[in-house]
Amino acid sequence: MSAHPKDTAPAALDRREFLKASALAGGGLVIGISLAGCGKPADLAKAAGGQPVAWLKIGGDNSITILVDKSEMGQGVYTALPMLIAEELDVPLAAVKVVAAPAGAAYANIFLGTQITGGSTSVREGWQKLRAAGAQARAMLLGAAADEWKVDVGSLKTDAGVVTGPNGQKRTFGELAEAAAKRPLPKDAKPKDASAYKLVGKATPRVDTPSKLDGSAEFGIDVKLPGMKYAALAQSPVLGGKLKSVDSAAAEKLPGVVKVVTTSTGVAVVADHYWQAHVARDALKLSWDEGPNAKLDSAAIRAGLKAAKGTAQSARKDGDAAKALKAAKKKVEASYELPLLAHATMEPMNCTAVVTADRCELYVPTQIQQIAQATAAAAAGLKPEQVSVTTTLLGGGFGRRLEVDFIPAAVEAAKAVGAPVKLIWTREDDMTHDAYRPPAHDSGSAGFDASGALQAVHIQLTSPSVTARMFPPVVEKAVDPFAVEAAANFLYDVPNVSVDYLRHEIGINVGYWRSVSHSLNCFVVESFMDECAHAAGKDPFEFRRALLGKQPRAKRVLEEAAARAGWGKAPAGHHQGIAVMEGYGTYLAQVAEISVEQGKLKVHRIFCAVDCGQRVNPLIVDQQLTGGMVFGLSAALWGEITLAGGKVQQKNFDEYRVVRMNQMPELGVHVLDSSEAPGGIGEPAVALVAPAIANAWFAATGKRVRALPFSASGIA
Amino acid sequence: MITLKVNGKTLETDAAPDTPLLWVLRDHLGLTGTKFGCGKSLCGACTVHVDGSATRSCVTEVSNVVGKDIRTIEGLSSDRSHPVQKAWLELDVPQCGYCQSGQIMAASALLAQNPSPSDADIDSAMAGNICRCGTYPRIRAAIHRAAELMKTGGAS
Repeated sequence: MSAHPKDTAPAALDRREFLKASALAGGGLVIGISLAGCGKPADLAKAAGGQPVAWLKIGGDNSITILVDKSEMGQGVYTALPMLIAEELDVPLAAVKVVAAPAGAAYANIFLGTQITGGSTSVREGWQKLRAAGAQARAMLLGAAADEWKVDVGSLKTDAGVVTGPNGQKRTFGELAEAAAKRPLPKDAKPKDASAYKLVGKATPRVDTPSKLDGSAEFGIDVKLPGMKYAALAQSPVLGGKLKSVDSAAAEKLPGVVKVVTTSTGVAVVADHYWQAHVARDALKLSWDEGPNAKLDSAAIRAGLKAAKGTAQSARKDGDAAKALKAAKKKVEASYELPLLAHATMEPMNCTAVVTADRCELYVPTQIQQIAQATAAAAAGLKPEQVSVTTTLLGGGFGRRLEVDFIPAAVEAAKAVGAPVKLIWTREDDMTHDAYRPPAHDSGSAGFDASGALQAVHIQLTSPSVTARMFPPVVEKAVDPFAVEAAANFLYDVPNVSVDYLRHEIGINVGYWRSVSHSLNCFVVESFMDECAHAAGKDPFEFRRALLGKQPRAKRVLEEAAARAGWGKAPAGHHQGIAVMEGYGTYLAQVAEISVEQGKLKVHRIFCAVDCGQRVNPLIVDQQLTGGMVFGLSAALWGEITLAGGKVQQKNFDEYRVVRMNQMPELGVHVLDSSEAPGGIGEPAVALVAPAIANAWFAATGKRVRALPFSASGIA
Repeated sequence: MITLKVNGKTLETDAAPDTPLLWVLRDHLGLTGTKFGCGKSLCGACTVHVDGSATRSCVTEVSNVVGKDIRTIEGLSSDRSHPVQKAWLELDVPQCGYCQSGQIMAASALLAQNPSPSDADIDSAMAGNICRCGTYPRIRAAIHRAAELMKTGGAS
């Protein structure tokens, strides 16, 4: 998902009674954030489960705790978000303890309206609320010291959790916390000026690294509870099918089997140990009502998208592209096809649940806590406030864990057996029951005038909508914003631009997949602009650059990428392609360098130039950029989920190939220094890889690849 | 009962003999550092050492490793002092971290047999270990760094 700060809630932050302070039992300071827009300031004191709603706690024992309301899935939030607090408090990062926040409305993502780790929003959101919380806490602590010593606040200094007065007086934050908590919230506490940063902007080692080197990091699949049982789940092989009947007699006789439970999403076999459940699952005799998808296959999905008719929604309209296209002296037209993709997180879906008469505890690797909570509540027959959600580390998210489809069976099985149950999907379960990246059939039309100037571009997008299923109110009156990214914000200076989106559902669930519709639309727009460049007889870099006069940040990254990757200077036999985008408030350009080896594509290097505004932790920014490029490369080369008879045909990593060590090209990244507000970094680099390579392939062969993955064209 | 030698300790399990070593380690012995990724020896997340060789525990029946020296990520060192762990820390290799136990066990087995691996050696030894976060460039650099640490006495 993309969320643009300029479009959404943060602008309203100033108008809200945003921060709240209160005393911590035992003498400390709690800074919480109350979304007054939700009308529930009382949320501050108590959330579901009686936990205080807080972001920041400073204890009388000098402890500093931040409740991180974003899930750590490798993108570094347990490091980058505490850095924002540590910066404002003038304490070392190591002094800030990280605790995963519970589920609660007060932890809603201020860009997205519910508690979500997604949309590359974590740092952008923390930039606003966590710096504000840190600045407030600091002002209150200093105020308490100033009162005690009867000195001016301006005469105080802070360092490493100690306030020092003009005469050398010293108080630790812990000593001041109780008095600070009794003070009114300062109205004018402003976050630090960039010139005073000690931590922000410095490459800082991740705090989660040590636990990821010795097996001690706890992912959802590692949760251990006393008396815990394990479950394997049999789901309809045809997507959307329903259970007709189950004969569990043979399975129930197998060693360790505790119970076979028919749940709302399949048949769960609960056993003392996981492998026993897994083996017994294979002994179930199952019969399925295959439902409406019994004959669904990929050819039908492709044909349906291509032939889709209906009223398209306008996502962008500058001038009159239709009229300008009619008047054009030269036209370029092309269509593009994109496949379904699986998320394939390394950690398969899993969930651990405990259900009693009036409580449910959920231990789950999730990106969407409140919806997980509501889903578990419905499955347990409880109210959401009776469900606690403990977010574990996530072994990859990529949007897959915005889905909650793996939760009900765990809850229902736990309720049925009266013991904690950990439900684990196999890799095959995971790959064949994903909410896949939407497929698309898109097209572009462009018109040049007699002088060779590009006068009109029309982009027509056709795909199913994730948002219509997950957040229906968002699309009630507006085009799905998460279907038209990288197209609605068409960067190039063309007088007549139209972007239209036609929603066409395909019968199976589609889901948000890292970089969401950027991964579709960057391929379309940047392939098409490349086609336009060649049609105009221009160098693809120069053609783009000439059209980016009004987009200085995009123009600069394009120029940096070209200069640093040696555009036009590829070694003999190597060929280059270029692509540029804006997404999540970040500007990127990539240059791919390839060769053709016996008719096949070989990617030698990909270089990415980036302007993501102020970096909080450059080390993590680089990780996300290179990691995103690898993710995009896997999808570009081989990524494709196909269906036959309503069943997904790829079951494991042999059939759904991803890039391995020996297939890695050289990756280069250059991030520009910038004082703009941070842009998102977890997703965008994914989206440019395919068009950069496709454009390089055209440069090498004169053949345009208009369908992904490249393997479908026999070249990868 | 099956008796196993894991991380230098003798442990007993009542798991069925055809249970994959992975699930014995994780469920029966509580050693959850070894991860389940694919169940088919396709991703390497479950890599452990059996008599020093990198072995996919998801396809290794527990009855086949009786009497052998099994080492998991928890037993690579007691204090993250193995040169591979040190190099991984120095280069901040992990992102989500889920595959990293397997990566570290594969890398440490490689270095035990080949103290100065070339890039091609690394490609060959590590191609079976998938990382969806894309940490491969740092894994490669960290293996070279670990090789240096081993030569300069960084070994524990």
